[in-house]
Amino acid sequence: MAVPPLDPLSQRRHRAPVLAGLLWATLCTAALAASPGPNDPHRGGKLRLLAAAGAGTIDPHINYTLQYGQIVQSVYDGLVAFRKAPGAQAFVIVPDLAEALPAPENGGKRYVFKLRKGVKFSDGREVTVADAAATFRRIFKVSGPTSGTFYNLIVGADACLKTPATCTLAGGVVADAKAGTLTINLTAPDAEFFQKLAFQHAVILPADAPAKDAGVTPIPGTGAYKIAAYDPKRQMKLVRNPHFRLWSEEAQPDGYVDEVDYDFGLNDEDQVTAIANGQADWMFNPIPADRLPELGAKFAKQLHISPLTAINYVAMNVRLAPFDNIKVRQAVNLAIDRNAMVKIYGGPKLATPTCQILPPGFAGYEPYCPFTKNPGAKWSAPDLAKARQLVKDSGTAGQKVTLIARDIAVDKQMGTYLQSVLNDLGYPTTLKLLSDTVQFTYIQNTNNKVQISLTTWYQDYPAPSNFLNVLFSCASFRPGSDSSINISGLCDKGLDADLAKAMATGIGDPKAAATMWTAIDRKVTDSAASAVLFNPNILDFTSKRLGNYVFSGQYYFLLNLAWVK
Amino acid sequence: MPAVPAPAAPQPPAAAGPWRSAAAKLTADRGALAAALLLMFIVVACLAAPLYAEQVSQTDPFRSNISGEIVVDGQARAVIEASTEGLGLGQTPIGPAWRARYLLGADNQGRDVAARLLYGGRASLLIAGTATLIGIALGAALGIVAGYFGGVVDAVLSRLFDVLWAFPVYLLAISLSIVTVGTGLHIGPLLIEASNPLLPALIIAGVGVPYIARPVRAQVKALRSSEFVLAAIGFGVPTARILRVDVLPNVSGTLLVFVPVMMALNMITESALSFLSIGVQPPQASWGSIIQDGLSLLYTRPVVALAPGVAIVLTVLALNVLGDALREVLDPQHRVKLR
Repeated sequence: MAVPPLDPLSQRRHRAPVLAGLLWATLCTAALAASPGPNDPHRGGKLRLLAAAGAGTIDPHINYTLQYGQIVQSVYDGLVAFRKAPGAQAFVIVPDLAEALPAPENGGKRYVFKLRKGVKFSDGREVTVADAAATFRRIFKVSGPTSGTFYNLIVGADACLKTPATCTLAGGVVADAKAGTLTINLTAPDAEFFQKLAFQHAVILPADAPAKDAGVTPIPGTGAYKIAAYDPKRQMKLVRNPHFRLWSEEAQPDGYVDEVDYDFGLNDEDQVTAIANGQADWMFNPIPADRLPELGAKFAKQLHISPLTAINYVAMNVRLAPFDNIKVRQAVNLAIDRNAMVKIYGGPKLATPTCQILPPGFAGYEPYCPFTKNPGAKWSAPDLAKARQLVKDSGTAGQKVTLIARDIAVDKQMGTYLQSVLNDLGYPTTLKLLSDTVQFTYIQNTNNKVQISLTTWYQDYPAPSNFLNVLFSCASFRPGSDSSINISGLCDKGLDADLAKAMATGIGDPKAAATMWTAIDRKVTDSAASAVLFNPNILDFTSKRLGNYVFSGQYYFLLNLAWVK
Repeated sequence: MPAVPAPAAPQPPAAAGPWRSAAAKLTADRGALAAALLLMFIVVACLAAPLYAEQVSQTDPFRSNISGEIVVDGQARAVIEASTEGLGLGQTPIGPAWRARYLLGADNQGRDVAARLLYGGRASLLIAGTATLIGIALGAALGIVAGYFGGVVDAVLSRLFDVLWAFPVYLLAISLSIVTVGTGLHIGPLLIEASNPLLPALIIAGVGVPYIARPVRAQVKALRSSEFVLAAIGFGVPTARILRVDVLPNVSGTLLVFVPVMMALNMITESALSFLSIGVQPPQASWGSIIQDGLSLLYTRPVVALAPGVAIVLTVLALNVLGDALREVLDPQHRVKLR
């Protein structure tokens, strides 16, 4: 297992400790990511997971939730995958069902993948190139949520997006059974193509998988586990895939536990209590704020804090009054006390205030905050005087505003705070709380005329375009659709041109592209279409018996690597 | 022999009117008196909420104050304090203590719980009181009309009561609140906005109407065949006058008994709706919504949920004791039963 690259300067300064550390890190990382052998003393047992509710369909090409994204990575494989490892290694692409990462051909518009031999689905059938080709057609046939944004550059995708039922991807995806290869042709080079292929919506399914949402019926996969039973109101049960044979520890490590029981129905408070009492091993839902001091004091060894490449932000609709006025949006940005938001979220250990779209660590990230008392790199304090002046200049004070937030405890508190800020600025504000399951689609649909909403964005894959292009390009603004992820409705042709240029530059010159992303990040931040609040960290609470907790920034808590014996 | 003046016949004591007699009995009832005093204290305290917020707690109970500070024992303390134990996770609002500001501590928005409790009481009492008055007025009017006119009018109104009665009160109130909480209530050109406390008051009043109308209807039906009403009809007294002079005074005792009982019920209903976020809308507060706010602080600051809970219990208890006492002195049937 590779070790995260070290900064050469620090290597020179601290050679001896670094060498010792390197050895230790190598051992640890190897231990962490190694799959269990048949005689491993940790192998076996049942991992018990909890969530307040199921997350709907278990069709991996359709489900677009973090909750089941964690399950998909243990049950299915794509041609390529993100490495199942902690830290920066989690964002490295490795071959999965493909034997190797192919070099781009035809100017970055063709990729020829050679499939591994002998890999079987959980029903015993061997994975073939026909399955892989059918998978890409299925992404469009089921109108997968990312079909139009991630896979639209495949030749033939336009026709498939127009008429999904008759999708052939002719000329776009070519299977050669004899050579065991799958060729994918693109209409234009795509610097993020491997990352998109590694995403859960491109996992390989059997060719005869239904060309519609499979709902609660599991589709066979190639991962270490298979879904044995699923009742979205009660439980999902994973058991070992009897046909799984290890082919790549870094892409799909074998699992330690024999069974994973994912129970639904307990609220977040009860989930915490169950884990504290040793009745469950891990919970999906965020830990309620009032339990944090107690857990931090009594269960420190069972808590795991990991940074997320994500933002919590306020989306302001630039097409609806009063937020169609940039002065109003700037005023909101200036008036929000981001420290207050961090406090609500659980304190500085769990979130870091920010003003910009790109999270730290992303290509092109340069700290930037124009909406603070002393504009510069970091947010320091709200500037209420300036905010009030902007509202006065805009002449919009007194206009009614409705703020939409989720009805979960943390969002309700943040919504109440924002309501107070907006009232303070002179906009009589109504706070409308919607169920967690509908709020995200509700705020996207322009028919609902949402003025301002509180939401979050977690990366699909680690690329700046996954924030800037996905959240703010004209292509992501689809009036009347529940999948209009450009919630602010910002559509600027100039910005679109910049985005396209940065993505194209990234293929051959990542450094130049990073500089472009920095400029785009500032441009979008300056537009004040959203008020970014903070970058959250994730806090996992695990049982006393759970060992080998490994967190991947891409897949989060890695189920396969955890043991309970 | 001087004539001995005949002793004057003893004058019977001036008969006290029914209302005066009821008042005398009521004041002699210590339980009722204590309940009335408690209720009065709660009402006065709630009415003084703005005074308390301005002069004592010196905070705006509807404005978030998450980053705020107060001075305690000469030292500045954050209203919401970071945990210092273990990993130092989470934040806890300042707790209750014997001081002017934040007497009952702060909620998770850094707002003074004591000030919000008083403001919340105003909202709860106002909504419950308005709902009671509207409900009793509407219930009495419909009950009198149904009982007096009988026939088709009675049949239609009684079926309407039956339909309303068939729904559990809370289910109906919750359903109506969910429908109107987003858009408000449109009655012709009139719009009652979701943030207007009249909206929950109307909903609560509406669902309570059958509980008043049906007993009133039964009483009026009996009065309708009583001799004095039949005589009035025979003399050609106009219906409106009969209803006003002969019927209404005879059901007024029953209606008065209903006031505290319905008020108590309405207060609980209002609290339940606000607890479910479909009653009083934030940033306004009612006792129910403060309990909801306190739910997320049950482990660290239980007083946020407990204080409004205790206030509801005391108010409802006082209203019920008062209601029982009123029933004893005003409801003739009840008096007969007691004898």
